[in-house]
Amino acid sequence: MASFNLYSRGDKIFGWANAILLGLFVLSTLYPFIYVAAVSISSGAAVTAGRVTLWPVDVTLAAYEHVLSDRMFWIAYGNTFIYTFGGTFMSLLIMIPGAYALSRKRLRGRTFFNIAIAFTLWFHAGMIPFFLNMRDLGLLDSRFGIIIGFAASAFNVILLRNFFEAVPKSFEEAAKMDGASELQLLWKVFIPLSKPAIVTVALFCIVSRWNGYFWAMVLLRGEEKIPLQVYLKRVIVDLNSNDEFASSLLTAHYSFETVTSAIMIASIIPVLIIYPYAQKYFTKGILLGGVKE
Amino acid sequence: MKQTYQQRFQDLWGDMRRDWQLYLLLAPMAIWFALFLYKPMYGLVIAFQDFSIFRGIEKSPWVGFANFVELFQNDMFVRAFWNTITISGLGLIFAFPVPIILALMFNEVQNEVGRRWAQTIVYLPHFISVVIVAGIVINFLSPSIGIVNLILKGIGLEPIYFLTQPEWFRPVFIGSSVWKESGFESIVYLAAIAGVSPTLYESARVDGASRWQMMWRITLPCILPTIVIMLIIRIGNLVEVGFEYIILLYRPSTYESADVVSTFIYRTGLQGTQYDLATAAGLFNAVIAFVLVYSANRISRKVSSTSLW
Repeated sequence: MASFNLYSRGDKIFGWANAILLGLFVLSTLYPFIYVAAVSISSGAAVTAGRVTLWPVDVTLAAYEHVLSDRMFWIAYGNTFIYTFGGTFMSLLIMIPGAYALSRKRLRGRTFFNIAIAFTLWFHAGMIPFFLNMRDLGLLDSRFGIIIGFAASAFNVILLRNFFEAVPKSFEEAAKMDGASELQLLWKVFIPLSKPAIVTVALFCIVSRWNGYFWAMVLLRGEEKIPLQVYLKRVIVDLNSNDEFASSLLTAHYSFETVTSAIMIASIIPVLIIYPYAQKYFTKGILLGGVKE
Repeated sequence: MKQTYQQRFQDLWGDMRRDWQLYLLLAPMAIWFALFLYKPMYGLVIAFQDFSIFRGIEKSPWVGFANFVELFQNDMFVRAFWNTITISGLGLIFAFPVPIILALMFNEVQNEVGRRWAQTIVYLPHFISVVIVAGIVINFLSPSIGIVNLILKGIGLEPIYFLTQPEWFRPVFIGSSVWKESGFESIVYLAAIAGVSPTLYESARVDGASRWQMMWRITLPCILPTIVIMLIIRIGNLVEVGFEYIILLYRPSTYESADVVSTFIYRTGLQGTQYDLATAAGLFNAVIAFVLVYSANRISRKVSSTSLW
């Protein structure tokens, strides 16, 4: 844009109005997080009396002590780690070699596979056939079912394939001269050169695994297997309407609201830790895979 | 030179033997797609059966379109279908413009550090699970301690039971979806704005254009193709609403405005085990979705000479 000191009075007012409106939007995005954090470290009595609106009142860690001493919380947290890292590893294990093979233009049948994969972006069998298929495969109530059942997605395969296709031929030819096998070529040349795409896909997988609840809720029966989001759903959504349960949690130090807020914060913290990376790579990934010219 | 079939077959076989390693690398993924995405498509046939899970697909009797007839006579399904269209339509009107406006506003911020902070914050809700968003919404709208009702009480109004009243479901759903996604969705428009040639602004500046005028006459027209593409994608996804989020927020008292086709399928199929009827509903939805996405792609190819996939 042109140099800034040329702006007229109208432009300055415009700039200020814009900044103020945007600031309000940013604050309203931020406020719910601050509120939940404040509730989680306030006393149950203060929250129940409606005294917490922005800052914590009667600061206490009682809700966190309650949550962290709950066996189910730790089981669910551990399960989420298993599904997140097991699932992401499985995704990369299946999709990287597959996408690499499809990026080789000489491969016979390539078009068929590419169309078959792209078609799943357009049409899917839906909830019930997918569920019955998982049942037929014996993958109900199974940790492995959760990990394998959602391992690939057309979007990610296409993203990886496009990236592999863009690797300059000269790298490949040099390695071919040394008599490298396809697996060596993939491992030593293509994967190191495609790090941004692979990290992007890995982060897509991590975030969707960490946050996913629906299929885990549908497919898993055993208490011991549920991930954190399903546990959260049970506590926040299912039990919220149950006043008896809510009031059974109410003590002087913590209440239903402070406890659920503490669980929410505990589940957000890992997201905040990877967020700086995720933001950077997601921005690229969206533009790589989404609307491409 | 014309090749005989035999020669062509020999070529193919030779190429395949040469590339056996590649087929080996491809195999796990090909098997995965066959097993988890294509095999369920065969399972769609139960939409035309009187399906029983004990008899299985092979032994369940065929009933033609009986499930679809039952579906269209089912008031709950018809209601769910119109709710789907209505909620998507309202999203188109109220949620779709927000990321565009946000991107335009971000573009006008000249303090680089401030802008980056603002972007970091508004992208954040995209990374938070819908369960947490639902938890926050439930907290905020609680009739006893929720901040919204505290404010209402503060100015002397009666508290509102937002989540149990059907007329409030759609505003709550769309409003919280805007909170969650509009920041992140602005990325696409910001990328488009970044591609606008600076010389356009410079010459407008020389002609004495104000910032407001430049935003309206330069930035907005330049990102119009992107807006059109995003609009087409959105229309293509008209029958897909965020049902995973709806399931968390709706309850029997708000079904009349909140129940969509996917939540209907979830209740009749997964909770009620009427698999055949629910599959018919899913197939109906998927076919409409396919036609919409296919046409959307064709249109966008014409509009912008870029295909989405």
